[in-house]
Amino acid sequence: MTLVDHSTSPDLVGPPHSHGPRRDAAPLLPDPEPVRVLGTEAAAAFDPELARDLHRRLVLARRFNQQATTLTRQGRLAVYPASTGQEACQVGAAMVLRPQDWLFPSYRDTLAVVARGVRPIDALTLMRGHAHCGYDPYEHRIAPLSTPLATQAAHAVGLAHAARLRAAANPAADEQLVALALVGDGGTSEGDFHEALNFAAVLRAPVVFLVQNNGYAISVPLARQSAAPTLAHKAVGYGMVGRLVDGNDALAVHQVLSDAVEHARSGRGPVLVEAITYRLDAHTNADDATRYRSAGEVEAWRARDPLTLLDAHLRAQGLLDDAGAAELARAAEELAGRIRAEFEAAPEPDPATLFTHVYAEPTSQLRAQAAELAARLADEADDPGDDPFHLDGDEFDSDNLTANDLTADGLAAGGVDDRGPDAGAGTTRGGAA
Amino acid sequence: MSPTTMVGALNAALRDSLRDDPDVHVLGEDVGALGGVFRVTDGLAAEFGAARCLDTPLAEAGILGTAIGMAMYGLRPVVEMQFDAFAYPAFEQLVSHVAKMRNRTGGRVGLPITIRVPYGGGVGGVEHHSDSSEAYYAHTPGLHVVTPATVADGYGLLRAAIASDDPVVFLEPKRLYWSADPPGGTEPAAGATSGAQDQVAPIGRAVVRRAGTSATLITYGPSLPICLAAAQAARADGLDLAVVDLRSLVPFDDETVCAAVRATGRAVVVHEASGFGGVGAEVAARIGEQCFHHLAAPVLRVTGYDIPYPPPMLEKHHLPSVDRVLDAVARLQWEQ
Ligand SMILES: Cc1ncc(C[n+]2csc(CCOP(=O)(O)OP(=O)(O)O)c2C)c(N)n1
Ligand SMILES: [Mg+2]
Repeated sequence: MTLVDHSTSPDLVGPPHSHGPRRDAAPLLPDPEPVRVLGTEAAAAFDPELARDLHRRLVLARRFNQQATTLTRQGRLAVYPASTGQEACQVGAAMVLRPQDWLFPSYRDTLAVVARGVRPIDALTLMRGHAHCGYDPYEHRIAPLSTPLATQAAHAVGLAHAARLRAAANPAADEQLVALALVGDGGTSEGDFHEALNFAAVLRAPVVFLVQNNGYAISVPLARQSAAPTLAHKAVGYGMVGRLVDGNDALAVHQVLSDAVEHARSGRGPVLVEAITYRLDAHTNADDATRYRSAGEVEAWRARDPLTLLDAHLRAQGLLDDAGAAELARAAEELAGRIRAEFEAAPEPDPATLFTHVYAEPTSQLRAQAAELAARLADEADDPGDDPFHLDGDEFDSDNLTANDLTADGLAAGGVDDRGPDAGAGTTRGGAA
Repeated sequence: MSPTTMVGALNAALRDSLRDDPDVHVLGEDVGALGGVFRVTDGLAAEFGAARCLDTPLAEAGILGTAIGMAMYGLRPVVEMQFDAFAYPAFEQLVSHVAKMRNRTGGRVGLPITIRVPYGGGVGGVEHHSDSSEAYYAHTPGLHVVTPATVADGYGLLRAAIASDDPVVFLEPKRLYWSADPPGGTEPAAGATSGAQDQVAPIGRAVVRRAGTSATLITYGPSLPICLAAAQAARADGLDLAVVDLRSLVPFDDETVCAAVRATGRAVVVHEASGFGGVGAEVAARIGEQCFHHLAAPVLRVTGYDIPYPPPMLEKHHLPSVDRVLDAVARLQWEQ
């Protein structure tokens, strides 16, 4: 169990109380010039099949973003935080992971979830307005989308740490997994981001943190978020490797993330990657981005659209022609059509499920509340004109209420009310309401 | 040998859990070589290794967030928060993830995490060392909230918490850490529902610590000894007080509480936390809803005042005392 006992770790120099640097900062420092492949000599050498694969996925990803945004306008999605313009990061994040790895997405990363293999309709379950994430985290090795900013980063650390503990206890079963946590530039200001990076470095957990720096946290630009040289520089303070990449260069994103993931997998510690990108759409469908950024700025970034950049590269390399592009466009329309059809067929959530997964076993109080709602719904179905707030007090004797009455069966058998005429219809935690 | 103090019982429960289940991992601040500031984890790192009793960096959200990931992978983390008021940085992880993960994954991901929190006052602590934070936790659906008041329950409830597939906030009354069981209980220490010092106590069951016919005191954690002492003192006035120890705030044991109240027709809820919006308000409401026709008097509460936890030199005025409990009992409309 030396895994976490760093008193013996060779890379921590000197005793814990020494005041000199305990490790050399230089290898951790990011190159302040973001890594680029497109437009450089490295582009021609990049695996053409991988480049075409990335391009195909980017085309589909863009269409997914458009379709989901349209669905919000039709009221079929409660909200959709589009990742338009960030598709290279979304697709890259999913592609560099192996089956045993885990992804910890934030609320903007539905696309990464789909890119890892979750059905679009399932990946959008939460945004459709359901209580749950819509997919089995264990089947896909993807945590539910996390909305409280940066909180998921610590979960990635804990999971990666646990995997190494298990591997140490049972080397035969070692799956050498890596956890990839996705965070936004604004999220890096959260205390949880700091704590997660610190834990990852101290525990030497195999985690990669990908910060998609799209320049804004809703309306607030990066300059008000951080005074760090780059967000990747933050890594150094934790004793972890920081890397900076052009997040709109799909080839560079893939390369840098692959390297980072393999670095973590090989036991050399966590990595922080900052990908510089831009959100071309508003924060969500409910946001008005014209209040905080100029049309000129958006147009300038449109010229650096990850899809356009990769498109140009493939055509220059003779890897894509008009016929190929048309075929891709057809595939994208097919995806959009499939999403629309899946939305048509998607069932409404059953109100009973409100109570089923609060605990492994519902408490007696929850069973009673579930029965109360079920009875109310049954009443409404029987007689939609009836006042749903009227309950018949005759049937209820509060003093004879036993624990059995607090079960669903007990309550379903008769109306339950001991509140008097003015008590209103509010539910209490209790079974007697 | 059975432990004789709460700290000993908690330590034994952790040791037995670590021994019985390789997935159990303890983590927190100073839990390793030091054994925790209250020594609850004493000797565990030496016996089970630094990885299974892990000294973490000093960051409560990081500790709980890391525990969440560990639990997602199949481990059973037991987190120690060093003090009640220093658990607050972890509140977001607790409320937004620990409490909701099962629900937000449609039942697919449960988090069997135990969060141990030393709580409460009466120990002469300076500010931020004496909070009673149970209402925050009890108000959060998805969490179980338990608090032992006896040595046997210290062991039994902690074993049950660690074995639970749901997250459990385990509130440890600091005031009772070093004491043996309070005198004055007439029922067997564990009542009808929990047994000897080495047995698991069920989560969700209150226990009658003392049967009585005149009125029912309902309490938990650090206030149990006060209530038992009050019941003894009341005998001089010819009053025979029942004492119920809730043990489990969530799930709440309506059955035991209501049966005990119906048997006497009078009830006082006693806790050390501030009264407004507190657990006592919930208990009183539930009794009113379920036992109305059996009550001879309104349910009264004896609680801490609605003030920031007072300094050591004044805390005795804030804490429920035998006198305050007896005063409340006297106000239960005996004249009718
Ligand atoms: C803890 C927390 N505070 C506030 C919010 C509200 N909120 C949602 S998204 C957002 C901006 C996040 O910006 P960034 O991290 O850069 O991600 P982006 O939206 O650009 O992808 C805010 C403030 C939240 N979700 N969580
Ligand atoms: Mg941003």
